[in-house]
Amino acid sequence: MIEIINDYWVYFLIGQYPNGPLGGLALTLLLASCGLLLALPLGIVLGLARVSPWRWLRWPVTGLVFVVRGVPLLMVIFWAYFFLPSVTGVKTDQFTTMLIALVIFDAAYLAEIVRAGILGLPRGQMETARALGLGYFRAMRLVVLPQALRSMLPSLVNQFVSTIKETSLGYIIGLAEVSFIATQINTQVFTKPAQIYLILGGTYFILCFGLSRFAYWLERRLARRGTSIATTATPKVSA
Amino acid sequence: MIELDKVNKWYGSYHALVDVTETIHKGEVVVVCGPSGSGKSTLIRTLNRLEPIQSGRIVVDGQDIHASGLDVNAFRSRIGFVFQQFNLFPHLTVLQNCTMAPMQLRGLSRTEADERAMALLHRVGLSNKANAWPSELSGGQQQRVAIARALAMQPPLMLFDEPTSALDPEMVGEVLLVMRDLTRDGMTMVCVTHEMGFAREVADRVLFMDEGKVLERATPDDFFNRPQHPRAQQFLSDIRSPFSRDA
Repeated sequence: MIEIINDYWVYFLIGQYPNGPLGGLALTLLLASCGLLLALPLGIVLGLARVSPWRWLRWPVTGLVFVVRGVPLLMVIFWAYFFLPSVTGVKTDQFTTMLIALVIFDAAYLAEIVRAGILGLPRGQMETARALGLGYFRAMRLVVLPQALRSMLPSLVNQFVSTIKETSLGYIIGLAEVSFIATQINTQVFTKPAQIYLILGGTYFILCFGLSRFAYWLERRLARRGTSIATTATPKVSA
Repeated sequence: MIELDKVNKWYGSYHALVDVTETIHKGEVVVVCGPSGSGKSTLIRTLNRLEPIQSGRIVVDGQDIHASGLDVNAFRSRIGFVFQQFNLFPHLTVLQNCTMAPMQLRGLSRTEADERAMALLHRVGLSNKANAWPSELSGGQQQRVAIARALAMQPPLMLFDEPTSALDPEMVGEVLLVMRDLTRDGMTMVCVTHEMGFAREVADRVLFMDEGKVLERATPDDFFNRPQHPRAQQFLSDIRSPFSRDA
């Protein structure tokens, strides 16, 4: 096992780079980061639409979110891979294809996280902002979203963990991310698949477990600071 | 200042406000009381359009508040509203709670807004808490900040929806004192409250509501000493402590 690591660790980490395209674990992380970074604004917009008071906006977005959440990521990747070029007429490279699929898929999940974050706030926050004379969007931007996003932080980290694991499906369209690279190494070494896939699994595990712990720590820290608690007094039943 | 004409509101089949007709004059302090579910909170929430109504007319400052083309945000910004649950914005400091709306809606610079907010915090006795977070304050302090936040928009009209009902007993007084202080400036106030002592001392008029109707409108003296409607008499005897000797 040591000699596999010795021979292939650079290939495992960055693929053929700098003599070829970037690959390996670096590509996995790049893909996951870009995916989440682009999915986040889209997820916020979709989440806002999901809780908006306007039916014409809420219903189609709700439908979209349900459809995307109701199919496996692999389907979304196939759509992006086969369907998208036939619509746009342009052949997108594997990285972009995978990125598009991830952004669509993650945005749908993030939309639900955003929605939960907004609905989890006391109703009085929006009401008070409106009573002061702030319009709906300003109240959202200045009062509701800052609080909702803060309470969403742990969920965001967890979503990043999912995204990292999801990038492994890039293998199916020949994207040189870390799983694909591991398979390449396996073909070259040939006799040690157990060890190679153990290293691959261990790599994913260390990354994702670490991030999960970070999310857990964030969650506890936020809970202790009580950032979302608006009142300290308990309401009493009025006489 | 406020005119209600045959205002009706239903929650589904529940008739929450029944033909409410009432006039509140500029500078008047009106206390609305009545048993739970009598419609008093609903009534006060219709006055700044937090609750829609199904029929009738509400005119504030000569303006029909349900007229099409009304800028509801500009309209609301001229009415201070204080909630039972305070609803301070927990992600902003005490000072920022008081400066956000004036900066956003009145175009005040940070310096101007800070200055105005500090004067108001001083007035409610909390200038030393300007940089504290809401979660660090007691309920009474939070409610006083909420009053300062509403006042920062310099509204000619203040609405209070049970401002002391969520407070521990020892904190009720400090909030009531701030409210009494406001009445001395000639502020028009409508206040839903169970604090009968407050009603007695500062109200110009008491409205008694039950089952969505205003059953009695009287001066505090008449209301407390000579209530006319049987429901009002019943209510007044119910809210008296069974342990106190004074009537």
